[in-house]
Amino acid sequence: METVYSLSFTEPDINKREIMRYMSSLGGGDEILELIDECLAEVREMLQYKVCYAVLTAEINGDTIALPCGQIESKNLARNLSGCDKAIVFAATIGVGIDRLISKYSRLSPTKALCFQAIGAERVEALCDNFCEKMKSEFERSGEKLKPRFSPGYGDLPLETQKMIFSLLDCPKRIGVAIGDTLLMSPSKSVTAFVGITR
Amino acid sequence: MNIRDFIKNNIVYLDGGMGTLLQKSGLQPGELPERWNLSRPEVIREIHKSYYDSGSNVVNTNTFGANTLKFKIDELDEIICHAVENADEARKASSGEQEKFIALDVGPTGKLLKPLGDLDFEDAVKIFAETIKIGVKYGVDLITIETMNDSYETKAAVLAAKENSDLPIIVTNAYGENGRLMTGANPAVMAAMLEGMGVDAIGANCSLGPKQLMSVMDELLKYCSVPVAFKPNAGLPKSDGKVTYYDVDAEEFAQDIKLSIKNGVRLVGGCCGTTPEYIKKVCELTHGMMPKEIEKKTYSVCTSYNKAVFFGKKPILIGERINPTGKKRFKQALLEKDIGYILQEAVNQQAKGVHVLDVNVGLPGIDEAQMLTNSVCELQCVTDLPLQIDSSDPVAMESALRRYNGKAMINSVNGKEENMNAIFPLVKKYGGFVVALTLDEKGIPSTVEGRMKIARKILLTAALYGINKKDIIFDPLAMTVSADKMSAVTTLKTVKKITEQLGCNTSLGVSNVSFGLPSRELVNAAFFTTAMENGLSAAIMNPYSARMMEAYYSFNVVKGLDDNCMDFINFASQQEVQPTAKQESSLTLKEAIEKGLKEKSSEITTAMLGESAPLDIVNAHVIPALDDVGKRFEEKKLFLPQLLMSAEAAKASFEVIKATMAVDGNSVKKGNIVIATVHGDIHDIGKNIVKLLLENYGYNVIDLGKNVPPETVLNAVIENHAPLVGLSALMTTTVPAMEETVRLVKEKAPRCKTVVGGAVLTQDYADKIGADKYAADAMETVRYAESVIG
Repeated sequence: METVYSLSFTEPDINKREIMRYMSSLGGGDEILELIDECLAEVREMLQYKVCYAVLTAEINGDTIALPCGQIESKNLARNLSGCDKAIVFAATIGVGIDRLISKYSRLSPTKALCFQAIGAERVEALCDNFCEKMKSEFERSGEKLKPRFSPGYGDLPLETQKMIFSLLDCPKRIGVAIGDTLLMSPSKSVTAFVGITR
Repeated sequence: MNIRDFIKNNIVYLDGGMGTLLQKSGLQPGELPERWNLSRPEVIREIHKSYYDSGSNVVNTNTFGANTLKFKIDELDEIICHAVENADEARKASSGEQEKFIALDVGPTGKLLKPLGDLDFEDAVKIFAETIKIGVKYGVDLITIETMNDSYETKAAVLAAKENSDLPIIVTNAYGENGRLMTGANPAVMAAMLEGMGVDAIGANCSLGPKQLMSVMDELLKYCSVPVAFKPNAGLPKSDGKVTYYDVDAEEFAQDIKLSIKNGVRLVGGCCGTTPEYIKKVCELTHGMMPKEIEKKTYSVCTSYNKAVFFGKKPILIGERINPTGKKRFKQALLEKDIGYILQEAVNQQAKGVHVLDVNVGLPGIDEAQMLTNSVCELQCVTDLPLQIDSSDPVAMESALRRYNGKAMINSVNGKEENMNAIFPLVKKYGGFVVALTLDEKGIPSTVEGRMKIARKILLTAALYGINKKDIIFDPLAMTVSADKMSAVTTLKTVKKITEQLGCNTSLGVSNVSFGLPSRELVNAAFFTTAMENGLSAAIMNPYSARMMEAYYSFNVVKGLDDNCMDFINFASQQEVQPTAKQESSLTLKEAIEKGLKEKSSEITTAMLGESAPLDIVNAHVIPALDDVGKRFEEKKLFLPQLLMSAEAAKASFEVIKATMAVDGNSVKKGNIVIATVHGDIHDIGKNIVKLLLENYGYNVIDLGKNVPPETVLNAVIENHAPLVGLSALMTTTVPAMEETVRLVKEKAPRCKTVVGGAVLTQDYADKIGADKYAADAMETVRYAESVIG
């Protein structure tokens, strides 16, 4: 039985350019930056940065990836994991606070809702970056390298894979992330992914 | 012995972890442990038995995830049947001589409830009800609701338990490192909510080790008048590369538990990582300890999902503005189901510093139960203030209370027998802090003694229902001084007497006192201050009145209720007039909208209304500004946030105009458009952007929200004779739901055009699912609406 670990991170550095990109406003003026600052001031305290993960043995055979918790058929993931005999499976979330704000402002100010949406996207990606960075330095010690992360929904990796990940990691209990009937995650600013490990 | 009697005089030993032991016995990742009740009963029985042998009084059945989301009803019945049988066999086989009980274990659904997730509250109640009904049928002694990290889901489970059994209920929640549940509740909130609903024991389990949870336990012990339960993990999981272990061993665990019992915890056990060895150690180490007496607490409290508001120390402000009485614009909003207007009132009042919001949406000609319930749910999406649900209709009251996330204030009950018999059962069932008016069948007594008599009667009747006086706040009724010069004095004396003689809290609708007088605010403020001096605990008041707020903050300073005068200083600094920048003061309305200045736009509009007709302002200023911004967006000279800021500024201007037109009694709309995010999809930002723009262009938008079934869309199209329906989908997995909706509308309402949009959609997709139009952005939807409707 694989050990599932839970981690809490401190706030990753904020990249406002990224936030503007998510708002499709790259090159926008001061009023957009002001909006971002205003929204950041409102949300920062509410964010939590949580990850749960497990390290699994992985056997790649053609387009089939065999994990202890089941098999996945995906050409793209198989390619991503080629040469790996292990993979990290993780789920990351910045918590439910940002969803409350998105839900609040989608009723009151779509401008702010859009901005919180962008901030959430940037924050959860930054969390994933920090997590992968941490893993990278841990595995480097044993001379191992990490591949870029790969999520369900990328390429031909079916969203259905979420079910396997959720039953393996027990995300609702560990980091408070649930999946709905349509495989959407709540809190919405959550990410699941595989990270291949090679020698 | 009945477990309720046993808890009274004993420390109750619960069991320890189940999952960890099953994994050791070979449970595979992804395998459902509940199936082992049938396939490996010997393993389950052995675990239960070893807990009983170690000294557990209560063993939880192996049914943590046994619900209809995971199992078909027949299999569920079989699983729970065997789970109870396994526990019962273990109980019979155990050599332990202690009292032994079997608890039906009820864990979370693994889904998040709306509005954060996609599970409806009533569906959650149904899911829990199925499990509980079966458990009760097979003869468990009590129900354990555990590891819940959401207050709302906890409420659904408790309701299901209460509605389907009389068995004792233990509730333990999973608190995080910040001492709160994942969705925000702290121990004070959970204690208030769960005690209000009448559970038998309240506690914490899982998530952390005993030391990290100790502060949560202290809080629970501070606020609970029922026994407190504690089932922490054996610390945190660690791995040495091969084996997973938990970092608190049995000895240390038992020491920590012993300390918690000394502090007053009454039910103890363990969660993840704990084993029969841990329970045995706990029993040995605490053998012979006397349980600490449980004090009855006297906190008067109401809560939202994450905030508890306490009454009786500092006076509490209850915002009165969500109420249609005397407000034409509000009435119009109710008739048009314009929930946004109501939500804005909530946010504005919160910004003014109120602690609780009164919610009254009663109006002839509307379905109050539906409107009130919907308003309460929507309000809880935009504010974390507790709500005071204000209705004279018990049906509406129950419907709203049921859906409320937290322990609500209930406005109101009075001394009439019939009224008490309708309201008190609701307080008993759902919990609540109830406002009691001192009037009865004979009306409002003119004397202090008359009102006191009614107050005493209300307390006695409440006690018959098991409702404590701490959960009652009397409103001794502020009457109009212009009609009877001594009326205010009578009310003030009653406030004082209730406070001193009955030891209860009091609340007043302050503004009534000045009815019929000029400069009412002056009298209101004076009355408010005097009432607070006489012991008033809360006022239902207008937070937009500067006089009232001055009176409030000044009173707290004078009475030593404001530490370092910080609240007063904050308040005073906000009162200083903020000078507007010069270049902005000369802006035209068109410029203000183009720059996206909300407040400025509504100010200028207000000023213009003195000279211009409302529709002229719209046609000569607002629409041209919108067109301009829209064009520049289409030419990619502006970004989406800028388009939206302008749209919101235009909306603010419209809001001022609407308020005038509501007074004049006319409102003009171009045509109806139904919009929705399709079934299964819970992302609605794009849809809301489209709504904002369509409304600005004069269309009457019927917004069905997110996750909307095809039939609901069709019904709205037919009911509103809508010539256009807009659908949004973000995920590839929800496009089939969009297709189904388009198909249904085409079939049953062929004259209605369909426009679709959303992140994953393309022209090809739109063509494939038979939509009339694909709109890449909100402006394109507006242009299409213009071509369809005009």
